[in-house]
Amino acid sequence: MATATFRIWRGTAEKGEFRDYTAEVGEGMVVLDAVHQIQATQAPDLACRWNCKAGKCGSCSAEVNGKPRLMCMTRVSDLPLDVPVIVEPMQAFPPVKDLVTDVSWNYEVKKRIAPFSPRKPDAPDGTWRMAQEDADRVQEFRKCIECFLCQDVCHVLRDHHKHAAFIGPRFLVHVAQLEMHPLDTGDRVAALKNDNGIGYCNITKCCTKVCPEHITITDNAIIPLKERVVDDHYDPVLKLIRLVLRRRG
Amino acid sequence: MDHQTHEHDVIVIGAGGAGLRAAIEASAAGVSVGLVCKSLLGKAHTVMAEGGIAAALANVDDRDNWKVHFADTMRGGQYVNNWRMAQLHAQEAPARVNELEAWGAVFDRTPDGRILQRNFGGHKYPRLAHVGDRTGLELIRTLQDHGIHKGIAVYMERTVVRLLLDAGRVTGALAYDRERGRFTVFKAKAVILACGGVGKAYKITSNSWECTGDGHTLAYDAGAELIDMEFVQFHPTGMIWPPSVRGILVTEGVRGEGGVLRNKDGHRFMFGDIPDSYKPQTAADEEEGFRYVLGDKEARRPPELLTRDHVARCIVREAREGRGSPHGGVFLELQTFAEWFGRRVKGFKAELHWKKKLPSMHHQFKELGGLDITKEPMEVGPTTHYMMGGVRVDSDTQMSRVPGLFACGECAAGINGANRLGGNSLSDLLVLGKLAGEHAARYAKDRPAAGVPADQAEAAARRALEPFDRPAGENPFQVMFDLQDMMQDLVGIVRKEDEMVRALDGLEKLKARAAACHVAGNREYNPGWHTALDLHNLLTVSEGITRAALVRKESRGAQFRDDYPAKNTKEFGRVNTVVWRGPDGSMHIRLEPIPPMPDELKDAIRAEAGGTLPEELR
Ligand SMILES: Cc1cc2nc3c(=O)[nH]c(=O)nc-3n(C[C@H](O)[C@H](O)[C@H](O)COP(=O)(O)OP(=O)(O)OC[C@H]3O[C@@H](n4cnc5c(N)ncnc54)[C@H](O)[C@@H]3O)c2cc1C
Ligand code: SF4
Ligand code: SF4
Ligand code: FES
Repeated sequence: MATATFRIWRGTAEKGEFRDYTAEVGEGMVVLDAVHQIQATQAPDLACRWNCKAGKCGSCSAEVNGKPRLMCMTRVSDLPLDVPVIVEPMQAFPPVKDLVTDVSWNYEVKKRIAPFSPRKPDAPDGTWRMAQEDADRVQEFRKCIECFLCQDVCHVLRDHHKHAAFIGPRFLVHVAQLEMHPLDTGDRVAALKNDNGIGYCNITKCCTKVCPEHITITDNAIIPLKERVVDDHYDPVLKLIRLVLRRRG
Repeated sequence: MDHQTHEHDVIVIGAGGAGLRAAIEASAAGVSVGLVCKSLLGKAHTVMAEGGIAAALANVDDRDNWKVHFADTMRGGQYVNNWRMAQLHAQEAPARVNELEAWGAVFDRTPDGRILQRNFGGHKYPRLAHVGDRTGLELIRTLQDHGIHKGIAVYMERTVVRLLLDAGRVTGALAYDRERGRFTVFKAKAVILACGGVGKAYKITSNSWECTGDGHTLAYDAGAELIDMEFVQFHPTGMIWPPSVRGILVTEGVRGEGGVLRNKDGHRFMFGDIPDSYKPQTAADEEEGFRYVLGDKEARRPPELLTRDHVARCIVREAREGRGSPHGGVFLELQTFAEWFGRRVKGFKAELHWKKKLPSMHHQFKELGGLDITKEPMEVGPTTHYMMGGVRVDSDTQMSRVPGLFACGECAAGINGANRLGGNSLSDLLVLGKLAGEHAARYAKDRPAAGVPADQAEAAARRALEPFDRPAGENPFQVMFDLQDMMQDLVGIVRKEDEMVRALDGLEKLKARAAACHVAGNREYNPGWHTALDLHNLLTVSEGITRAALVRKESRGAQFRDDYPAKNTKEFGRVNTVVWRGPDGSMHIRLEPIPPMPDELKDAIRAEAGGTLPEELR
């Protein structure tokens, strides 16, 4: 059977190094398979996160040959194998061990965003009516598997470490999902500007490119949110109208 | 022992749909709640559920109601279900689904703007609320985003290895954290197990690494009983090629949307094997089946939507008798339906249609199998999918026989009987998860705090560290692989007495190997160590499955015995198998009669069974 070299980051928060492992490569194999093979046969203490192995849970995020990817959805046959395949942890988060990083910041950020608050039910039985086309718009955002690859690639977090001031693309998608939710009555526009730091995003679109769920993060989520922020700022009347419309639902 | 301590009124172990729903409910009752899980929040196995949530909302077909859902669930379970749970489940599922919408879930819609429902195997009417084929993600994310604002303390990436008891009552749990390998003692007045399934006991499975039977084993070790352990559901359609994706699920939604099964000769074999009890509900020909898919109320369902156990066995038969696909399964294709539909609807675009209806299946095959399902047939075969058996709990409170110990979700048992219908798990998580949360909170409120005996935690921690202490020994991964191979071969879809007796023997040997394995490295995020600790759970549930399967000398639902291929209702149609840990530490088993069903429920079943009661209920 053919083999390939996997150059995997091994280490802790304090120190680490790349180490080379040889793995057998079979048909259809993905990078996560190689990591598992190495774990089972050569390095049982090699740390990585995974759950579904089908691109549905967003656990196995890492950087493969320098690109933020889900390891379970990266086919080995799509990579050049004459050189080592480099596998390292996401760079925008503190390292824990090997391929595992500390992503707890993301969970804290989400808690700060005002939760969903629906309008009064439309029907006496306590249910709502919603057209599919209105659902479509937020369903795109709700596909997010919280892999945090977009957070990893965003230069505001990765290079400028603005974690305290900027919530990152994942949570702008989350806010967009709430703001455009057909039933929601909350208003998160002031928070977007002040607490969430939407102004830091300069629309480089790197986040959209890495999203494994193909969410059009910049065009569909961030830009419309930026427009709302601008409208609110420069046009208080528009803001008032929108608030009234929303209350009426 | 160096450890942290956290104290709550209620500790929920597991943050899948069941655990999250239970935690939300307990917290709403005003008690302090801790939620513990092995992965990050939102990653539990529930996230993978695809097809939908079963609830008789009657949005698509107004003939649906809880009684029909109840009757469908009982027939699917071949009447060995806990009928009270099945009743509560059918009655309350619609309210639980609507509640998800109130918490922000966005389901697919009907033309008049209500929650859309789709067809699924064993359900008489279109009943599954869904979001494309990523319903589990919608469910878990909705509960997660709702739950994080409710003051629940979440402890991620911690694995519970032992429940702690004080005078027979559960008062806590011992866990280690993955990151550092340190121990935590959780003190609580009540503990809810919501640890999910056991799929990792088998080689080919749709389940994630988390599904190692922890909830089953924690309960068993604490003195609770497990029931229905012989009933392991093999889903008929898992991916089988390429090898690295073997087992990954192909949702039943594919068949619900018109997917057709064929053998290598192109023959649609399901039409040739329709059980008598389902004949009145099954389409007579292709045309009628497709009309059903489109929602024609006069039409009956295509045979691909018969129950999972039956479809799985038909696929195994085709493959064994030499009519399978190149890699040992059969073909599942969307082209026949698309052509038929295309002839009726002008401008029908097959590719767009499937991408909308089955987006994640399209994605999954494209990315992992290099195959475009809108154009080519898929190769599919059975995969270990769901555990019907689990912790025996009271139907109205979800408490086990151990005071203070509750269980819900896949690790609890009763509602599904011998076979679960698709979509009934997600609704079960919500309905019975809520019930568990409510009653655990009530139980906790009534009780003073009890102590956790320090020596128990000490002893459990010491045992957990043994794999490091041994100077040498086997690799725990190898022991796990050998167990998975053995269970797949000897206690799989088709079972026989002599093979299972061999399996029991094999389990003893594997237990000895597990007790002698060695782990290198240190305690920090060490998968080898985690696997070494999982082995105890995998071995316990494997033994439970094997012993129960041996005792049930008949074929019913998910259990198929080659040596007893027929149902034997006289002996086994009115009993459940029960296993528990005896004082000597060995596994005991007995058959226990199912309490008689009230007339109101019998009437519901009779109405759906053409006026006569099935033999099990007579
Ligand atoms: C691919 C796939 C598709 C499916 N599709 C559907 C569908 O369409 N409809 C349907 O109804 N059902 C479906 N099912 C079944 C359904 O998803 C599961 O039965 C259900 O999600 C189980 O939920 P749960 O809450 O019981 O457990 P899980 O979601 O498995 O969660 C278990 C939790 O327990 C934690 N845990 C386990 N052990 C420990 C421990 N020792 N210490 C601490 N925490 C622990 C885990 O970390 C996790 O958080 C599907 C299953 C699969 C595999
Ligand atoms: S578009 Fe904005 S959010 Fe996305 S990567 Fe660029 S700066 Fe970051
Ligand atoms: S938006 Fe896309 S890249 Fe970002 S976390 Fe969600 S799924 Fe991942
Ligand atoms: S393991 Fe779930 S996304 Fe890769």
